[in-house]
Amino acid sequence: MNVAKVLDAKGLACPMPIVKTKKAMKDVESGEILEIHTTDQGAKSDLTAWAKSGGHELLKHEEENEVLKFWIKKA
Amino acid sequence: MSVQEMTVQEVAKKVLNNEKLFVLDVRTEDAFEDWKIESESFTYLNVPYFDLLDGVEEIMDQLPSDQDILVACAKGGSSQMVTEMLEEAGVKNAYSLEGGMKAWSEHLEPVKVSDLDNGGELYQFVRIGKGCLSYMVVSDGEAAVIDATRMTGIYTDFANEKNAKITHVFDTHLHADHISGGKKLAEESGGTYWLPPKDAGEVTYEYQPLQDGDHVSIGGTTIDINALYSPGHTIGSTSFVVDNRFLMSGDILFIDSIGRPDLAGKAEDWVMDLRETLYSRYKELSDELIVLPAHFMIMNELNEDGTVAEKLGVLFEKNHGLNIEDQDEFRKMVTENLPPQPNAYQEIRETNMGKIIPDEEKQREMEVGPNRCAVR
Repeated sequence: MNVAKVLDAKGLACPMPIVKTKKAMKDVESGEILEIHTTDQGAKSDLTAWAKSGGHELLKHEEENEVLKFWIKKA
Repeated sequence: MSVQEMTVQEVAKKVLNNEKLFVLDVRTEDAFEDWKIESESFTYLNVPYFDLLDGVEEIMDQLPSDQDILVACAKGGSSQMVTEMLEEAGVKNAYSLEGGMKAWSEHLEPVKVSDLDNGGELYQFVRIGKGCLSYMVVSDGEAAVIDATRMTGIYTDFANEKNAKITHVFDTHLHADHISGGKKLAEESGGTYWLPPKDAGEVTYEYQPLQDGDHVSIGGTTIDINALYSPGHTIGSTSFVVDNRFLMSGDILFIDSIGRPDLAGKAEDWVMDLRETLYSRYKELSDELIVLPAHFMIMNELNEDGTVAEKLGVLFEKNHGLNIEDQDEFRKMVTENLPPQPNAYQEIRETNMGKIIPDEEKQREMEVGPNRCAVR
């Protein structure tokens, strides 16, 4: 996967992962992919709903050693 | 960040007193649809916090000025942010829910049900956010707890206030909707932990098997707890008759609904057990017994004093689940078109068996949402 930017939001509590994601999304172009790392369990449903409401595409997510990783393609 | 906050205790009082409150729930739409702070006197607006990051102007005209606004999120972080934004926009009556829906889920409100013969007392602990009910019988320096939640400190502190030592802890059945604090509470207090053996086939810890007809006395003045085998929600489900006046019905019979038989995957097998318990075993009991269930589903089931309790005779008249003559119709009702199952119910059962030991944060996540143990 061609990732344009990686956002490290580990250790941050809600709402910061989404606040940072929204900011980072401004730095990538339409069609590019943003990779997000977070340790906030609530981010799974929130990022999914946020991406959907903004028209972005959540390509995949995985969990590794308590770190949640998301790949979002900008609309 | 320092914004006005409202505690779950304050919100619980508003629910119990039927006070008005405007709830701005900033969780996702799915989370809100699934589970929220329930009260007939509350009004609601659901806008996810991430739709408000650019400003709250869009919702300003939907907010009331003549009543308090409670901003609620999952854990209390996002609601602080939104409340701060509202304050900056000039809203003076907004409060962030301290600890969020997680704290709401964990809040227990102790309500006195009755004095008992010989100076004892009976308390119901209303877990208002999740609809779980647990009980404490106090008598002459001793206490028994029934269907304890995992917030065991609340019972320990309460017993201390009453100068009582917790000597017996019971679970009416192996729970699927919430993590039992029974075993932990018994260990902490040095009491005996009782569980029906038919629900304990796979448990990994020591327990005292609870059998039909067992009597346990609390305090020197002997408040009698009489076990009554009443399968149907689970195969081991056991009710208690306390002081010959109260029927603790576990997840078998509620005020406005009955227990569902499917949470251990055996709906078809247990339908007739459930029917036998409700339509025969309970029928033989006195109509004057006050039913004290392990759950409530809707706020209407609460009495004015905050208790959840009703005479068995009244339930035989009014509870739809006790008034289905036809066996097939009954079978259909309790096995088809059931509501969704409780969140993480398989993992919760495994936790209650001692097979897995999730950390506290994980336990909180598992218990998110309503209990969903009933069918109507």
